[in-house]
Amino acid sequence: MSVATHRELDDMLGTKWRKPAMVKRTWLRWALVIGFVAYLIAAVLSVEVNWLRVWEGLDRGAAFVAAFASPDFVSRGSDIWAGMLESIVMTVASSVVGILISIPIALGAARNIAPLPVYMVCRGIIAVSRALQEIIVAILLVAIFGFGPLAGFLTLSFATIGFLSKLLAEDIESMDRSQAEAVRATGSKWAQWIDYGVTPQVLPRLVGLSIYRVDINFRESAILGLVGAGGIGATLNTAFDRYEYDTAAAILLIIIAIVMALEYISGVVRARVQ
Amino acid sequence: MPVLESDAGPVWRKRTKGQALARWFGWLLGVAIFLWCWQRISDKTTWFFVWDAPDIAADVLSRATPPRWEYIDRLWWPIWDTINIATLGTIAALIMAVPVAFLAARNTTPSAIFIRPIALLIIVATRSINSLIWALLLIAIIGPGVFAGIVAIAIRSIGFCAKLLYEAIEEIDATQVEAITATGASRWQVMAYGIVPQIAPAFAGIAVFRWDINIRESTVLGLVGAGGIGLQLQGSLNTLAWPQVSLILLVILLAVVISEWVSAKVRGAII
Repeated sequence: MSVATHRELDDMLGTKWRKPAMVKRTWLRWALVIGFVAYLIAAVLSVEVNWLRVWEGLDRGAAFVAAFASPDFVSRGSDIWAGMLESIVMTVASSVVGILISIPIALGAARNIAPLPVYMVCRGIIAVSRALQEIIVAILLVAIFGFGPLAGFLTLSFATIGFLSKLLAEDIESMDRSQAEAVRATGSKWAQWIDYGVTPQVLPRLVGLSIYRVDINFRESAILGLVGAGGIGATLNTAFDRYEYDTAAAILLIIIAIVMALEYISGVVRARVQ
Repeated sequence: MPVLESDAGPVWRKRTKGQALARWFGWLLGVAIFLWCWQRISDKTTWFFVWDAPDIAADVLSRATPPRWEYIDRLWWPIWDTINIATLGTIAALIMAVPVAFLAARNTTPSAIFIRPIALLIIVATRSINSLIWALLLIAIIGPGVFAGIVAIAIRSIGFCAKLLYEAIEEIDATQVEAITATGASRWQVMAYGIVPQIAPAFAGIAVFRWDINIRESTVLGLVGAGGIGLQLQGSLNTLAWPQVSLILLVILLAVVISEWVSAKVRGAII
């Protein structure tokens, strides 16, 4: 548009302006559109929906929504309390251990700090931890360590490592070199260099990420119980299986409340450290 | 700046005595809480099983290898289902997330006092509950199957997409919107020509990013009966068919890696 000559502008007079297309090449645009529509039709057709079953289920859906208005915290109170406490315990323990382990791995996975062999090993650990989902790791660990919160604790710690190390390593890689070099120029040892040159630059981000991960760990701990790895998930599953919607609603409301509280705390803390 | 007076003269300190004590107590409290948590986990653990774990792990590994490759013939259909759950769920989520995002953004919401809190509540409520829990709930309501999985993924994704989208809307350049408004454009025309072009790249990025996450999540939805490859995983686990389990895990791993690669490529092309 910007390089249009007078003649082109004259030609455009009287014609209607049209929005420029997102994809410039016409054939590619149409190929993408047609391919996508074809896929959508195939996908929608292959989904079997038993509308009769859905229609019958709407009553139960309405009952569940109504249950949110009158959640029952009392009749399974002790189960909910025990499950919640276990979820929180798993969250705290796994966050602490996960963060402690992920700091050295993050240092190793930052190319500007670690030598190549260490870098490769640490990046490998991160890749494995990120590729495996929590619930699958939990299944395997339950098979190996038996039922209970230990499997959940190990799962969450393992997942924390991949998440935190990756983001922290990226932050270390994008840090200001000159500050670290100034500390090094004073003749500091390696540990002092990390402590005074690198840590102050990445600490705010580490704190923010850690709190965010606590939030994620709590949310994940709510489902680990489905496969027997401890936490509130088992109670929730039982409540659904028995169609005790008022108890399920109570548990979900507690989860939402705790997640909201954690999000609020993390907002306050991040505003303070930055 | 706190300075400690000693016999050899003043010594610089980073913190005053009170601050140092408060920090020390903070750390003490933190360590105590952690140890208490560990104690509770430890009490509920059968340590005999844990000491036995290396043998069990070796045993499981020896049973799981080699994977039963010919089982792949029965996995094509579940893989197709899994991709559909993720894709259709993402599309449905985006359709619902767009209005929620416009209602939640400070600069486009019709009413900051009444409507914005409701939109934010929808975002928080859908985001804080895992898709597996949504799936459990939907299976109880509309029965097991792929459809429950799609709806579960869709609901879970609303909050995520709407949150990122409303942050993008709040960051738009107000002058462009004003320029369109100055031409006498209606409310919808301002939306279409002033706001939408500014958030379109962010929207595309969010869509692909969430699709990538949804591929991961849809692979395990079957564990609770919501269709996809997770159903086969659950079945194989229940029958202790470890060679099939290892094949399914490999397929899931491959799907995750491919979807991450696709998403990174597409986002790279957009931004």
